[in-house]
Amino acid sequence: MSKIENKIPQGPLAEKWSKHKSDIKVVSPANKRKLDVIVVGTGLAGASAAASLGELGYNVQAFCYQDSPRRAHSIAAQGGINAAKNYQNDNDSVYRLFYDTIKGGDYRSREANVYRLAEVSPLIIDQCVAQGVPFAREYGGTLANRSFGGVLVSRTFYARGQTGQQLLLGAYSALNRQIAKGSVKMYTRHEMLDVVVKDGKAQGIVTRNMVTGEVKSYGAHAVVVATGGYGNVFFLSTNAMGCNGSAAWQCYKKGAWFGNPCFVQIHPTCIPVHGDQQSKLTLMSESLRNDGRVWVPKKKEDAEKLQKGEIGPNDIPEEDRDFYLERRYPSYGNLVPRDVASRAAKERCDAGFGVNNTGKAVYLDFKYSIERLGVDVIKARYGNLFQMYEKITDTDPYKEPMMIYPAIHYSMGGLWVDYNLMTNIPGLYAIGEANFSDHGANRLGASALMQGLADGYFVLPYTIGDYLANEIMTPKVDTNAPEFKEAEKAVTGRLEKLFNIKGSKTVDYFHKQLGHYMWDYVGMSRNAEGLKKAIDGIKKLKEEFWKDVLVPGELNNLNPELEKAGRVADAIEMGILMAQDALDRNESCGGHFRDESATEEGEAKRDDKNFTYVSCWEHKGDDKDPVLNKEDLVFENVELTQRSYK
Amino acid sequence: MADIILKKLYIKVWRQNSPKEKGRFETYEIENISQGSSFLEMLDILNDKLILEGIDPIAFDHDCREGICGMCSLYINGRAHGPDREITTCQLHMRKFNEGDTITIEPWRAGAFPVIKDLIVDRTAFEKIQQAGGFVSVNTGGIPDGNAIPIGQDDAEEAMDAAACIGCGACVATCKNSSAMLFVAAKVSQLAKLPQGKVEAKRRARNMVAKMDELGFGGCTNTGACELECPKSISISHIARLNREYLAAKFSE
Repeated sequence: MSKIENKIPQGPLAEKWSKHKSDIKVVSPANKRKLDVIVVGTGLAGASAAASLGELGYNVQAFCYQDSPRRAHSIAAQGGINAAKNYQNDNDSVYRLFYDTIKGGDYRSREANVYRLAEVSPLIIDQCVAQGVPFAREYGGTLANRSFGGVLVSRTFYARGQTGQQLLLGAYSALNRQIAKGSVKMYTRHEMLDVVVKDGKAQGIVTRNMVTGEVKSYGAHAVVVATGGYGNVFFLSTNAMGCNGSAAWQCYKKGAWFGNPCFVQIHPTCIPVHGDQQSKLTLMSESLRNDGRVWVPKKKEDAEKLQKGEIGPNDIPEEDRDFYLERRYPSYGNLVPRDVASRAAKERCDAGFGVNNTGKAVYLDFKYSIERLGVDVIKARYGNLFQMYEKITDTDPYKEPMMIYPAIHYSMGGLWVDYNLMTNIPGLYAIGEANFSDHGANRLGASALMQGLADGYFVLPYTIGDYLANEIMTPKVDTNAPEFKEAEKAVTGRLEKLFNIKGSKTVDYFHKQLGHYMWDYVGMSRNAEGLKKAIDGIKKLKEEFWKDVLVPGELNNLNPELEKAGRVADAIEMGILMAQDALDRNESCGGHFRDESATEEGEAKRDDKNFTYVSCWEHKGDDKDPVLNKEDLVFENVELTQRSYK
Repeated sequence: MADIILKKLYIKVWRQNSPKEKGRFETYEIENISQGSSFLEMLDILNDKLILEGIDPIAFDHDCREGICGMCSLYINGRAHGPDREITTCQLHMRKFNEGDTITIEPWRAGAFPVIKDLIVDRTAFEKIQQAGGFVSVNTGGIPDGNAIPIGQDDAEEAMDAAACIGCGACVATCKNSSAMLFVAAKVSQLAKLPQGKVEAKRRARNMVAKMDELGFGGCTNTGACELECPKSISISHIARLNREYLAAKFSE
């Protein structure tokens, strides 16, 4: 197997990061002023990186597609952020957070990266507190914690049900301070449509101004992609409508490897689909599983009556309720990790015990905790989530259990990066959800915020110096160079091509078709036959798209349909790669479940002998199959065991 | 949940192709909308129909569709975010409307929020106000432990009440003076309630208010309309705190 340079430092696990920091190069303040860095995406990872790099003295240009960095989808994270503070004296530690994350990810992430993540996690909390993030507090004035799925300690910090919002606003405020100082130049309503590689190094991007339609290049000594995940390939997901994997996909097409594309997270607690008019799913925080009990009826006839609306959930007596998570996983109960909870819900619904008129929902019931703690306590903990649920479904979760069902939520896969968070293209970095690095095959709750901010505040600002130290003699990048002009031409050409097809079907039509293939065959359970079907089907869809899509409006004006068309064109190609990767990985691990690889009890069965690797897909041209490179995962500190939450 | 279908609705919507062109109302018919659909899903369906009829779809801002990003910004039947309390447009559902209704949709109307296209406005002014002082001046790193400074639960909760602002601009759109006081007050008040933010509280109040005035937002006349239409129910008591902070800053000059 080819040796992949992942730059993981030698030495004991707990010393790797410190040692690495002392080994890598540092750029002097005088030279930082001469170096330009582009940051694409301004969610938790992008905003924290842009702000921190600006503070260090680099010239930063930051881009986002929204009208403000404050609107990035990090804002929608509800439950919390993990940190190994051990404030609760419950025997938490850096090692325990590391171990939980490795195990939660089903042993498909790198030990060194995950350990570093756990190691810097306490600093994140300190940083956010200093910025004025109003975390929940105890009466004595200390920070409060709650529990999350897949762990046995209380290490999640939170700000009501709006933790992502508060952390993002913290990073946004730090970013604003740098914008005001002039160290960061912010471009809102700009979409990155290509990355420019010159002399073998990433030296800039091509963007479209989404208000005027102008296509323009920006040059820099390094490019940081912090553009989030690709969950919207599935059409229906908890991602924001604008979330897309296109920036990462452009990097892939320019030679950056895509890591583990088939690893996507299906979140167990989302509000169920209500009908075919839906364009977006809403998440209900995992924190609700702290106090809610998940159940379906024990008797099929009760489930059928519930589906027909003849009876309500409160008509089912206690003894006829199947608390299937508590039954199957007594030690973790309702707090099993997301992949386990999602599959268990699907299993019950497929067996005919699901509720709602579709039969595709389970109950999340607060009756018991309201009896135990009182309505006021529950209201204080989850008031805004209950309100959100009521607004959407028109039912009162204080009186009736919530109905929930799994939905696509997060992508663990992403651009392959080394220990420095650099892709295999020199000067091109990927941070936050956009990279593949820390969550393996399943992400634990409250860890996305942790990773985004760890990368942006405390990892990238160090590691990027190691590369930029060699760039101090490189002059300012000239965007009139032929590489830039060619990239601009290609971007404009593609936009014109999309616009001029003038077919008969809307962009959404194709997106929905893609979503069906993905959910049916590349969703919660996958098998070889279905995956092949998906690949063939999506390839045909791609042909049809490029013949028959209808993009209205004008090229050089604000045109949301044109934006969407470009993203869906990429999503179609991404869907194919995800299915290919899922087909290659003939084992079950984390969120990736292959029917062919299950235990007798229906749990995911890993195949460590054959699949303990990161799949690194390499683009070889539009009409050629991509090549699969494998980075072997080496475990020196933890023993690989079958994950059990029983 | 029985799915009630609204067989026909009339959507009267502001169309304006660019900032410089003149706008006008157009009315479109739409059929068979589930009351369980969200308002923006209804617009998605209408847009699909318009595209197939060769009409430019209606441009509107939206993103998270969970009521938290603050991107959606529609003025529906004369109310910011439409006929419900404590919600954003994306959380508004069609069960709030009846068969045969004419629904009027306009962009936010305020001098400081110029229309870009149709229902999309430019809220860059909000960015500039935040850049003028909506932060604590700390760099990354070199910070004390999170528990080093105890913060009383009441103070933390009150700061959180203010910090819940999503920056949508409903307060400005609702105010007859197009004042941004509630928006500015939310940030000033959040940080003034916390020891971390107190250090530069005066400077912050002064700079943010000065920027707000410079950008053409109107003055506050305490009508309280902003609080009523704020999707996050941010209280005008924060405006009172902003005024106190601002006065203190002025007297200390």
